[in-house]
Amino acid sequence: MDQLLADGIDEADVDRWVRSACVLCSNGCGCDIAVKDGRMVGVRGVADDPINHGRLGPKGLHASWQGMEHRDRLTTPLVRRDGELVPASWDEAMTVVVERSRALLDEIGPLSHGFYTSGQLFLEEYYALAIIGKAGIGTPHMDGNTRLCTATAAFSLKETFAADGQPGCYEDLDECDALFLYGHNMAATQTVTWSRVLDRLDGPEPPVLVVVDPRETPVARRAAVHLAVNPGTNLALMLALVREVLENGWTDDAFVDAHTVGLEELRGQAAPWTPEHAAEVCGVAPADIREAARIFGTSQRVVSTVLQGFYQSAQATAASCQVNNLHLLRGMIGRPGAGLLQMNGQPTAQNNRDCGADGDLPGFRNWQNPAHVEELAQLWGVDSLVIPHWAPPTHAMQLFRYVEQGSIRFLWISATNPAVSLPELARIREIIAEPEAFVVVQDLYLTETAELADVVLPAAGWGEKTGTFTNTTRTVHLSEQTVDPPGEARSDLEIFLDYARRMDFRRNDGAPLLDWSGPEDAYRAWQECSRGRPCDYTGISYEDLRREGAITWPRRPGETSVQRLYADADFATRAEYCEDYGHDLLTGADVGKEAFAALAANGRAILKSAPYAGPHEPPDDEYRLRFTTGRSVYHFHTRTKTARAPGLDAAAPSVWVEMAATDVAEHGFSDGDIIEVRSRRGRIVAPLRVTGIRPGAVFAPFHYGYWDAPEGAEQRHPTAANELTVTEWDAVSKQPVFKTAAVRVARTEDAR
Amino acid sequence: MKLPVYLSLLAESETTLADSYLQVAGVHGDEPDVHFLCLTMAAQCQAHRRMLDGVVARYGEAPAGHEPERLHADGMRESRTGPLGLLRDLQDLYLLASFTDVTWMMVKQAAQALRDADLLEVVDACEHEIAVHVRWLQTRMKQAAPQVLIAAR
Repeated sequence: MDQLLADGIDEADVDRWVRSACVLCSNGCGCDIAVKDGRMVGVRGVADDPINHGRLGPKGLHASWQGMEHRDRLTTPLVRRDGELVPASWDEAMTVVVERSRALLDEIGPLSHGFYTSGQLFLEEYYALAIIGKAGIGTPHMDGNTRLCTATAAFSLKETFAADGQPGCYEDLDECDALFLYGHNMAATQTVTWSRVLDRLDGPEPPVLVVVDPRETPVARRAAVHLAVNPGTNLALMLALVREVLENGWTDDAFVDAHTVGLEELRGQAAPWTPEHAAEVCGVAPADIREAARIFGTSQRVVSTVLQGFYQSAQATAASCQVNNLHLLRGMIGRPGAGLLQMNGQPTAQNNRDCGADGDLPGFRNWQNPAHVEELAQLWGVDSLVIPHWAPPTHAMQLFRYVEQGSIRFLWISATNPAVSLPELARIREIIAEPEAFVVVQDLYLTETAELADVVLPAAGWGEKTGTFTNTTRTVHLSEQTVDPPGEARSDLEIFLDYARRMDFRRNDGAPLLDWSGPEDAYRAWQECSRGRPCDYTGISYEDLRREGAITWPRRPGETSVQRLYADADFATRAEYCEDYGHDLLTGADVGKEAFAALAANGRAILKSAPYAGPHEPPDDEYRLRFTTGRSVYHFHTRTKTARAPGLDAAAPSVWVEMAATDVAEHGFSDGDIIEVRSRRGRIVAPLRVTGIRPGAVFAPFHYGYWDAPEGAEQRHPTAANELTVTEWDAVSKQPVFKTAAVRVARTEDAR
Repeated sequence: MKLPVYLSLLAESETTLADSYLQVAGVHGDEPDVHFLCLTMAAQCQAHRRMLDGVVARYGEAPAGHEPERLHADGMRESRTGPLGLLRDLQDLYLLASFTDVTWMMVKQAAQALRDADLLEVVDACEHEIAVHVRWLQTRMKQAAPQVLIAAR
């Protein structure tokens, strides 16, 4: 069992341990928070939690509590007056917010309002925000930073199975005989799950590991086959793997016949992609592609996990759907050891997808299905016309574009830091700072984004509020309030409810739209919303969570949890039930109800594909290298919490850039040189590390913004990888493409 | 036989559509989805045109002074700017794509009546892509219209 207590604190000193789960990656490890004298003083893993079995990762051990206990916490609202953010009372701050909100609703209407939220709030908070946006104001402009981390996971599931919902579970890792990690550096992103994999790799009968990643990551070093593809070429590789499985007859024909549609179209799309052809595009050996395909095609129990190397790269949804296709072709879904895991990045990303404070409607409802919209209208007591459903909710990049163009003039950002995490930062900083856009930021700290806001609201965070959240394998934990928030900080739920009260949002019967007094009211309302949908929470109460710890959805009253979805191979593809009718995977064109119905999938999964198009900004004579971004094991998101944990900050204090030895020699660089990486949009300056990354590629971690840097560092010594990235997104999932910018490099002086 | 007239018309409209996509891609670079997808779709139209060249050669050029001049759909000479301009440009593309789409339909009908398997193969390869263009343009306009017509400056 992993445990860390503050210096000078022994177990015997701890007043009490409070049950929670960790919010520093999508794993959701069960943990107990140590409390002494009303403060959080440490954390320990929960030994019988099925997700982590007592283990915790470095981020969870250090930053989960140290990241909350820092002197920099916001303790009072701030309002911009004469250009400066100055302290204000809650009443003053909320009055400013509500007055601007009302004025814009009167002048322009709901389309003037946008909300950009997080993958870090609790379920109850997302559901409150979703109702405020969809039934209170009635704007389609609401999304989360989940668009950056998990949108492709959701869309790849919606395209293939017609509804969100992680098919597999972590227990599959214990039983698989082959493990494929697609663009997933698990050793950095989910350390506890990687430990579980290491138990297998170093134990009896280890699974065969195959890794797709341009970098020689720790997971790649353990792989039997490492496919170090050129950034942006995943789909070519995947079509070749599909083709090999088809050509060699490794398919489970009975399963494919009974439970899928679209085989002939898939066969046609894959046909040109011989291993040789794909090898040329991807920059890997044909024999390695054949070997990877043989492993997939001949193993008995394959687990696949997919993450940002696919989700944030070119043709993200199309490439990720090929992973689904491989599992379907081999009938490897819904049974022990044959697990498909389209992973999430953030701890509560799944709840945003459940509750619809992102690009979804709550409860995996279909915006194109009038009956689903009417269900929401009934639940919320409003007319269905109020709920925007003429198009999908506006995706994050479009939302910021509307702010840039001045048609969204009220933007409320909660628990995220777009000034560091969105692509092309110079542009994003300008948009947020635009004087005509009224920006509210709600956060723990004065982030790079909060510094540009008109109103800053101090939020309570983990350990300071009660709520539930759901990890990447549909497992729900309850996180209990342990200590009081600092100063006047309030939970995000309280803030949203206060806004709803002040705006006087009402149901048709005159009652308040949100009459909840606390998180459990919100949770109960959510349970009703989830009833009968794939993410059914009606059999998971606060009481159950306190008693049982971790519980997986769906669970209906009196029933047990469904550990693996689709064990019966009955997929969510019935038109009246499905969450989405799907899209053309090349363009994102809506399939629409009629064409979906004509597919007659009716419970069968859909084998979808697209022609390979390649990255949109390939290297050229001016910018010869391919830039890709990623994560450090020691940091989460924009380091808001992790850099405030001294141990993590010391382990990875500043940005670096990785290049291959051959490229370094060609440029006449040496390891440790300070280099400038420049794209068409900006530059960063960082020390060089020579690593096992594939030649032609340049890597930098994306965590390093400017809140702890000297004034003006954005110009003089830029360190945020997103200075370089391109404003572009996947045609289907609308997830930004962080991993395929063209760059050039030069040695420079350290300007710090 | 008047099929050569329609084959010329189709080949011409694929070229016109490709040029119009390139025109819109060039002007609307700040809308990256529009920009990049228009480039992708322009390349598809150019490929269709090349596939049609063989068919046109086989059936012979349309006689001069024939209907195509009057049937011809004008391309987009210049694009507009701003949110409303984007919507109008997408709408123009939609008209051109629909024109191309329905022309394929008629050529396909004739190909079936002629039992021309080679031409049917060309139709199979191209027709579906143009139909997707039409759907994508609809999808994008449906998303953009409310903001443009109600809230845009």
